[in-house]
Amino acid sequence: MRLALSPDQEMMREEAARILAERSSSSAVRRVIDAGASRDDAIWNALSRELGWCGVAIPERHGGLGLGLFDLALLLEETGRRLLCAPFFATAGCAAPLLAHAASDEAQARWLPRIAAGECAATVAWPASGSLVNDILLTAERAGGEYVISGVVDQVLDVRNADIILAPARFDGEIGLFTLERSAGLHLQSHRTLDATRNIGRLHADRAPASRVDDPARLAHGATRAADWSKLLLAAEQVGGAQACLDLTLAYIAERVQFGRAIASFQAVKHRCAKLAIEIETARSLVWGAASGVDQGADDWEASLDVAGALVAATEIYNLAAEEAIQLHGGVGFTWEYDPHLYFKRAQASAAWFGAPETHLERVAQHLFDEHEHA
Amino acid sequence: MPERAVPDETTALRAEVVNWMRAHLVGDFAPLRHRGHAGDGDALPELRKRWERELASGGWTCVGWPREHGGRGLSITEQVAFQEEYARAGGPGRMGHIGEGLIGPTLIAYGTESQKARFLPRILGGEDFWCQGYSEPGAGSDLAALRTRATRDPATGDWLVSGQKIWTSLAHVSDWIFALARCEEGSVGRKGLIFLMLPLRQPGVTIHPIRQMGGGEEFNSVFFDNARASAEDVVGEPGEGWSIAMALLGFERGVSTLGQQMVFAEELQLIIDIARENGAAHAPVIRQRIARAWIGLRALRFSALRVLGADGSAPLGREALGYKYQWSNWHRDLGRLAMDVLGGDANIISDDPRRARLQQLFLFSRADTIYGGTNEIQLNIIAEQGLGMPREPRGSLT
Repeated sequence: MRLALSPDQEMMREEAARILAERSSSSAVRRVIDAGASRDDAIWNALSRELGWCGVAIPERHGGLGLGLFDLALLLEETGRRLLCAPFFATAGCAAPLLAHAASDEAQARWLPRIAAGECAATVAWPASGSLVNDILLTAERAGGEYVISGVVDQVLDVRNADIILAPARFDGEIGLFTLERSAGLHLQSHRTLDATRNIGRLHADRAPASRVDDPARLAHGATRAADWSKLLLAAEQVGGAQACLDLTLAYIAERVQFGRAIASFQAVKHRCAKLAIEIETARSLVWGAASGVDQGADDWEASLDVAGALVAATEIYNLAAEEAIQLHGGVGFTWEYDPHLYFKRAQASAAWFGAPETHLERVAQHLFDEHEHA
Repeated sequence: MPERAVPDETTALRAEVVNWMRAHLVGDFAPLRHRGHAGDGDALPELRKRWERELASGGWTCVGWPREHGGRGLSITEQVAFQEEYARAGGPGRMGHIGEGLIGPTLIAYGTESQKARFLPRILGGEDFWCQGYSEPGAGSDLAALRTRATRDPATGDWLVSGQKIWTSLAHVSDWIFALARCEEGSVGRKGLIFLMLPLRQPGVTIHPIRQMGGGEEFNSVFFDNARASAEDVVGEPGEGWSIAMALLGFERGVSTLGQQMVFAEELQLIIDIARENGAAHAPVIRQRIARAWIGLRALRFSALRVLGADGSAPLGREALGYKYQWSNWHRDLGRLAMDVLGGDANIISDDPRRARLQQLFLFSRADTIYGGTNEIQLNIIAEQGLGMPREPRGSLT
């Protein structure tokens, strides 16, 4: 195994970076924040409909490009760098992998082509920091030939931007996966959040009509695999964010003069930036290694531990890089006008998804000490 | 944890290495298993030299050298496979490493035909062992401050070398040294240096082992008092030694690091085993530190695969510049973790080889962040070459 980008991957990454630098610039992100919108329709339409980014990892038979997790992770790294305000992670990083791993053939054929074509934004109503398998908060019942769902999930990513919501729910002593669309029984309410670049809202279902989409034979295993995809892609996004923090800091300290020198020339400052660079590359190595393990058919448990490692490293370095960006900017780092706080808040908000680092570390420890079966 | 074995183009080679090691690292050589790695580098030197000749008889020295120079011409991927299987089989630290990995490739690239003919076969055969004479008491991180002098003997054209080298690994059990010296009177910095090869067994050379904080003696001081280097044993042009020395460092692109990581993995497994036995595994903080160590080792593996995966002709990326800092600090932290898992026993010297190994790890890993470029120098290099930050101002004291 070698970990290097192919020429195609290099090209895709450069193209993504160029488009996002143009269309998801700091001022574009700030316009979305000021409007309280959390979604930039123009760029969302461009990347989902025109560029087909949501379909990168969707199989070709469902209208996607059929590429792997690694390729999708490269895109998420770039969207994370630019604080993209759009339901890309929710749609391509959470909902699509869950459909692809756990839904029936029929449901896949119904939804994946629409997601790939950019006609449908989607999300998953899983608990903010819990497990898709163990912490199910919704209940389904049969109503006529269809289903209705009730219950509350307090924090759902991009809930106001999603056309469909994938909802795991308890049904008849089991767990099923359902789709919810806008209906009279579905009440969605956005939270006001410190991180204003990504929508999070409360889902309250009161006998909301739903369709069952899971393939029961695939659900338990598929949901775990899909959760690994989402964790890895969140980690990729965080690595991109950390990289942006370092890059904007390097640009600022190269210009800022004190004591007659650019402050970037002080060794105390250089060493801190160098350490950040090492830690960012370390997290990027873990993201790339875990993603390529998944693509190359690594054992599930090994892939899962590598994903956990990537998520821990990315979460920690993103928060550290954002903290260092504020500190190394000095006084202006604390202002609304400069960008470090946007990353600081996104880093903090992202740290809470899929469980705290200690949870993932404990899972790794259990495997190292052989304390339970390899899932 | 076991590594997944995915069949690839190295599968047959791996099997060949496994079988050869199983058949040969036995009998007289059995005591060498897992010996001679960092911190244990002075172990069993004569037996390890014999082992090098055993390796040579199987064609397992210099596997990355081109075939025309007697190597196997293995690709980077195949070299990694060899290193991994060698380490996994408990293969001892390689006495021939400096010859095989540093001076050999330098001669292949820059040596004269006569130098290649005289030196390469003896490196391949495990007959000559080499050490590296760069650092001096006054020239550590600032290597270009070196003062060892080389003057030309007008009668023979040979070079007469005087001065002192330090931290010279395995000089006391080596045959040859390659050294940087100042050949132009009054020159400073990187100019006026010469890259010379000298036999160590000659009247002008005195070697004093340096006892390390772990008790071992892997490094030496090497004193030259009109030691003689033959006129034909200059590599490159006199005065251009710096560029040869720097090119030599570039030959170690990290192929051996994946083998080194196998040793790291054994150390981590030992810590896990002891934590399970003595109950340290119940403490959440220890569990998390062990989990972090495992994740860090995976990161080292993936980082090495990125470095090796990059096109060899391209300038080193940030991930390559940071790799030395990454592994050495990981390893140093592992040493600390080992002691915290051992608890009170960490301080007690006993016959338990596992404990002794972890104590050596703890002590020797303090050197990892110093030799081969200190942490501080690594961070300067990353900041300046990787991030384009301003260079450190040079002082005026010489």
